[in-house]
Amino acid sequence: MIVKRKELSFWERLYLPAVIGGFKVTLRHFFKKKVTMQYPEEKWVVPDGYRGAPYLVKDQEGRTKCVSCQLCEFVCPPKAITITPPGPAGAPEAGNVEKAPKEFEINMLRCIFCGYCQEVCPEEAIFLMKDYSLTGSTREEMIYKKEKLLALGGVHNDRIQKWKNK
Amino acid sequence: MSALESKPAPPPIEKIRIKVDGRDIEVPRMTPDWQGKLQPTTMLQACALAGIDVPHYCYHPKLPIAGNCRMCLVEFGTPVIGPDKKPVLNEDGTPKMMRSVLPYEPAAARGAIACATPISPGMEIYASSAATKQMREAVLESLLINHPLDCPICDQAGECKLQEYSVDHGQATSRFAEEKVHKPKQVDLGPRIVLDDERCILCSRCVRFTKDIVGDDALGFVNRGSYNTLTHFPGKPFDNNYTLNTVDICPVGALTSKDFRFKMRVWFLKETKSICTSCGTGCNIVIGSRQEKIYRCEPRQNDAVNSCWMCDYGRLNYKWIGRDDRLTQVKRQNPSIHGPGGEPASSVSNWPAAVREISTKLRASPASSAAIVASARQTNEELYLLNKLAQQLSAITDAVPRSGQSDHLLLSADRNPNSTGARLAGICGDQMGSKLPKIAEGIRKGVIKTLIVFGEDVTKHGIGADLLGRLDLLIVSDILPNATTKLAHYVLPACAHAEKRGTFTNIKGRVQKFLKAVEPRGDARPEWEFLHELVFAVTGRNGFVSIEGLFNQMAEEIPAFAGITWASLGDSGVTIPI
Repeated sequence: MIVKRKELSFWERLYLPAVIGGFKVTLRHFFKKKVTMQYPEEKWVVPDGYRGAPYLVKDQEGRTKCVSCQLCEFVCPPKAITITPPGPAGAPEAGNVEKAPKEFEINMLRCIFCGYCQEVCPEEAIFLMKDYSLTGSTREEMIYKKEKLLALGGVHNDRIQKWKNK
Repeated sequence: MSALESKPAPPPIEKIRIKVDGRDIEVPRMTPDWQGKLQPTTMLQACALAGIDVPHYCYHPKLPIAGNCRMCLVEFGTPVIGPDKKPVLNEDGTPKMMRSVLPYEPAAARGAIACATPISPGMEIYASSAATKQMREAVLESLLINHPLDCPICDQAGECKLQEYSVDHGQATSRFAEEKVHKPKQVDLGPRIVLDDERCILCSRCVRFTKDIVGDDALGFVNRGSYNTLTHFPGKPFDNNYTLNTVDICPVGALTSKDFRFKMRVWFLKETKSICTSCGTGCNIVIGSRQEKIYRCEPRQNDAVNSCWMCDYGRLNYKWIGRDDRLTQVKRQNPSIHGPGGEPASSVSNWPAAVREISTKLRASPASSAAIVASARQTNEELYLLNKLAQQLSAITDAVPRSGQSDHLLLSADRNPNSTGARLAGICGDQMGSKLPKIAEGIRKGVIKTLIVFGEDVTKHGIGADLLGRLDLLIVSDILPNATTKLAHYVLPACAHAEKRGTFTNIKGRVQKFLKAVEPRGDARPEWEFLHELVFAVTGRNGFVSIEGLFNQMAEEIPAFAGITWASLGDSGVTIPI
């Protein structure tokens, strides 16, 4: 089937009225209140409860809260989390901490920000924070290691301090 | 006199009618106990026959009964017996039951521990009644009073009876407001065991196991009440060859294996039925692996072989499978030319080319100019195929004996898993290794020009590097590199038992199969696969390409295996006369 193109009228063929119409819209917005955000210099403030990237947190005394129970690894739907358990040595670097992960990796390219890891964590050691724009120039860079996750997560002020009185 | 009359008839199994949860069942009056002696059937065994699980911690079918955890408490009733010693009947004709009640509080049910209370005729067991449930909840709450919230770091999590029963009978919150009693944690009990006393529920399974099964009375309880603590005898570490079984039978995470500690959570492990290859006993095991890595081996119950146990030596002998220096490439080598590191000049080949080249050379070799040194660590099927090859080449064959100290429980002096299989397949005579000097002599005299070695380092068994250097063709299949693989013209990478399927015949003639837990490394292939190709290429006779078919073919040809098939082996194997 061939649809016949509508013939343009003389007025439409002049082209100028359309240009003027466009400029009118531009001028109207020129004097209105601005809605554009100067991203990335200016960043969107996300609401509370926003599910951004998951990071690891430390307790008030700087101990890793994660005990490498691997429940997040188990529950993670896209299998973004890989934990290397410490082995018989436990947690060699941290005094009375009986168990801590040797390595903790989150592949941010795989992460779907579902929040299951935060929900399943029995130690309140992983939280979905407010970072929504993660960038990197290589795939390896997007696999966040334990040190990076802990640095980004910061300290979580918590009344339960598992290792304090152990 | 007929055959029936000449033999005394076996005593009939006396049955008792009882009721479990309102269901009439007939159970034998007597049941074998942990030592196999007939003892009156207990309520727990009767419930198991009725298909009802009674929760328990201290009871273990292969250990003497202690009855100290109280978890198996059940409410029960017995028929009322009148003065005429006949059961009193209700108006509707059913026997009148007397529920067991507390003597001082006749309205409250009095439970009995199902693991140690024998059944009696007409007894009724109320395994799911409200009173039984209440007793279980009370016992569980009591066990959890001082139990730490260690599940996230506890190795037992996922296979912990305390966790499982807490889900079934526990409460969401604790009513215990007081400070918990703290007991020693991370106690070094011996070279392979770490004890966490806070997690212990004092079931005494480990104490009974090491005293009554192993005969090493090493463990016991000290202190009283809430401070009751499991410990080892002072100055005597818990170090017998069976300590890791206590980790398996510990219903909680108190006893943990140093080898497996904090290595992997148990719910990730894929469990594969296998056989231990560390000695001729052939203990049935379960291999726990994840992402092609083996993390642990646990015994699998087989009352004809190993009951529920295995030795520590066999259990920990799995790490070589994951070694980094595994042979992973099919290689063609020229041992007379050496590289800078002393390594022979080699080129990487592939399976079709290697099988083609080797079979051409074997076909061209004159009769009786070849010898085969097999390994009694190989499976029945592989040894059978090797014997076919030997028959075609008229080759002398033998295997390498391997022995060590035996013990009173499971460990055999024969450290080869398949010595019986090697004999039955015709690889060696009654005296394994007796033909090795003959092979060495043959090479020295120049009669033997071709040597095929499977899974053994023959330089350690009388055929030294100088002799191997005189050979025209040395074909070696092995898992790890050794002095023999360095001198080989062809190196064929092979598989560990965990990487293939097959069968072993243990020292008592039990044929048992094992399954594949992990993928082989690199180009490594199960020996029976490439041996099958090689035998076909050399003899021209086709065999079976599946392990099932190969086993069945072998069973038809070797008289000792007559009448058994891969399928009839089942999980626990078949004993053949040897």
